[in-house]
Amino acid sequence: MRLLRKLLRTPEGAIGLGLLAVLALVALFAPVLAPGDPLRIAGRALTTPFTDPAFPLGTDRLGRDVLAGIVHGARTSLLVGLAAACAALAIGLCVGLAAGFAGGIVDEALMRVVDAFQIVPSFLLALAFVSVIGASVPVVVLAIALGAWADPARLTRAEVLSVRERDYVASARVIGMHPVEIAFREILPNVLPPVLALAAIIVAAAILTEAALSFLGLGDPNIVTWGSMIAEGRNVLRSSPFLSVFPGLALVVTVVGVYLLSEGLSKVLSSRGGAT
Amino acid sequence: MTLLDVKNLDKRYASGGRTVTALDGVSLTLSAGETLGLAGASGSGKSTLARLLTRLVPADAGTVRFGGEDWLALSGGELRRRRARMQMVFQDVLGAFNPRATVGSVIEDPLRIHDIVPKAGRGREVAALLDRVGLPAAYAARSIRDVSGGQRQRIAIARAIATRPAMIVLDEAVSALDVSLREKVLELLVALQEESGIAYLFVSHDLAVLAAVSHRIAVMDAGRIVESGPAAEVIGNPQSPAARALVGAVPRLIGQEDRNAV
Amino acid sequence: MTALCEIRQLAVTYRGETMSALKDIDLDILGGERLAIIGESGSGKSTFARALAGLLPDGAAVAGSLRWSAGQPRAGRDIGFVFQDPSASLNPVLTIGEQVAEGARRHLGLSRRQGEARALEMLERVHIPDPAKALHAFPHQLSGGQRQRVAIAAALAARPGLLIADEPTSALDMVVQVEIVALLDELVREGGMTLVFVTHDIALASGFADRVAIFRDGMLVETGATGKVLAKPQAAYTAALIASHRDLATPPLIHEAGR
Repeated sequence: MRLLRKLLRTPEGAIGLGLLAVLALVALFAPVLAPGDPLRIAGRALTTPFTDPAFPLGTDRLGRDVLAGIVHGARTSLLVGLAAACAALAIGLCVGLAAGFAGGIVDEALMRVVDAFQIVPSFLLALAFVSVIGASVPVVVLAIALGAWADPARLTRAEVLSVRERDYVASARVIGMHPVEIAFREILPNVLPPVLALAAIIVAAAILTEAALSFLGLGDPNIVTWGSMIAEGRNVLRSSPFLSVFPGLALVVTVVGVYLLSEGLSKVLSSRGGAT
Repeated sequence: MTLLDVKNLDKRYASGGRTVTALDGVSLTLSAGETLGLAGASGSGKSTLARLLTRLVPADAGTVRFGGEDWLALSGGELRRRRARMQMVFQDVLGAFNPRATVGSVIEDPLRIHDIVPKAGRGREVAALLDRVGLPAAYAARSIRDVSGGQRQRIAIARAIATRPAMIVLDEAVSALDVSLREKVLELLVALQEESGIAYLFVSHDLAVLAAVSHRIAVMDAGRIVESGPAAEVIGNPQSPAARALVGAVPRLIGQEDRNAV
Repeated sequence: MTALCEIRQLAVTYRGETMSALKDIDLDILGGERLAIIGESGSGKSTFARALAGLLPDGAAVAGSLRWSAGQPRAGRDIGFVFQDPSASLNPVLTIGEQVAEGARRHLGLSRRQGEARALEMLERVHIPDPAKALHAFPHQLSGGQRQRVAIAAALAARPGLLIADEPTSALDMVVQVEIVALLDELVREGGMTLVFVTHDIALASGFADRVAIFRDGMLVETGATGKVLAKPQAAYTAALIASHRDLATPPLIHEAGR
């Protein structure tokens, strides 16, 4: 659509989208690119990267293929990142809309809840949640979402409060539009763009949080993640730094891709909304 | 026939710890097919009155009878249905239209909400309304952002007349337009009034604009109506300081007197 | 009067736009005069004001020349600028006193106390009620008309020789408009300054301008002494602008007087 084309015309949007597209393809075709269980012992331990064509990125202390780990880890990172961001946005949008529309005591009460969640450092919150409930992908997703929903909630509410006062909303009331229709047709579509721009940042933060949780050993133990790979490599950091560096690089590339995409998105969305 | 009968409207709101009186015992009437010009400087309360009459803000006291009914007592679905009879045109500083709307959807909304014509006939009705305000029917597909200020105001008028209202409140409807466009929009409004008998409550700080289209003029100052009467009288013989200030504020062109004598 | 600034073949195109905002503008600004730049939306009048003041955005392509008789003017010192929207041109978190004194302190090297005294003096000159109290007030506590007076005070604090006002009254109601225009006229006369006043209202300009310059679609259509241009417009566009003016003596559009 037009938005996509505009996005591709900005350098940030093009590079960001490109990086993420590569990532998505890698994640999608992981079983093809690296068949078999990535956690199985595939070869000799601590093979140096770029020496053995069978293991282009080397192997870890137990002889597991690093490239397979990276490729399969991409799945986890993307899945968790996107799922957590969606959950955070969904919760945040609902709470923000409710607070912005209801006003009065409902607004006050909801904002105090938002305050509470914003005060607690989101990573610690996720950490505590996973420690208590136990580590599995759905729990990790929920834990990250719990730490991340407060910002979109506040932003949504601010946007609703601003849009509500615009003349076109007053106009919709004057022509007799039903309040529910006003909420969904006049207000919501105009509230979304800044919140969606925030979405990309939430995805990036979610990916990093997941990696951090895995690094601390609080991720799902049955799957390979970049975080756990970095943790694995910690013990041999001096002799075989590549074990931590490669998954670390993968994280960097992913997060940079997401940030660039969000920059491109906000450029495109703000130029559209800024009518003269 | 009296269409609108306003008695003793009060409106106060709290601002920074103090109570501001926006409207203080405002009373006025509007007859079918006539234009009442509501003049005043900023802060005189005229916009508050416009918003109160269109039920955008609640009143603190007073009554409004519109079309024989207690207008302020209506609420919910009943109010929404009755709204077809009183429409509004805003100042249009970009904020008057949903940025995502198309010209067609903006005019179709009231047709749909009040079931003015069945679904099949709406396209034609939109085209007819665009035609009435002097815009080509092809504009219906355009995004509202691809339309100039003057054209947007015509679209706002098309939307306002779509429900065949008895009355339209115009809140500084031409103030943001270039002078040449202003004249055309005023001519359109007068023509529509002559064709359909719509009454206008025209709010403006520019007395010249009101002089062009009003039958009667009411002058507001500090939340009160301080003077009212036939347009020519209020302009020709202003009694209150507010009215005199408004009359004096209209810029005159050098040699204007000679031009009008021709 | 000698030319304060000679503008030759001035052309401005904004970044990313194909159409020029201004084309081939040849105009002289005479020292000590009150010049009104008149045009409708899109005529380029604001672009002209900003080009003169050096306030064009980054990336705007400028062609042609602006020759100043007294050397390149320094922003804030030699040129004062008043914007259309007083709410946007004043910083909401600084006090009135700080904002009015800013220009004087920066360009005249005044100390804080001297700056405050100067600000008080300026607020008195623009007839702000209770100026001592206003020094410590914030913009949101003042009305639109008062904010514009403050903006004018701030623009004139460093005693510039040229004041450019870009539609300073368009966001204000008519009664305040008259006061602001009268204030500008008074200040400019007192200070012997040159005034360039941008407006869409030819009648407003006719009340005080010595010369008018009519802009349309980025081009200069006509220029000359106010009385002459209004009595005998050379260009059809100017004549049309004059004809479309409406005041209280113009016959109304409605035909009957009440029903």
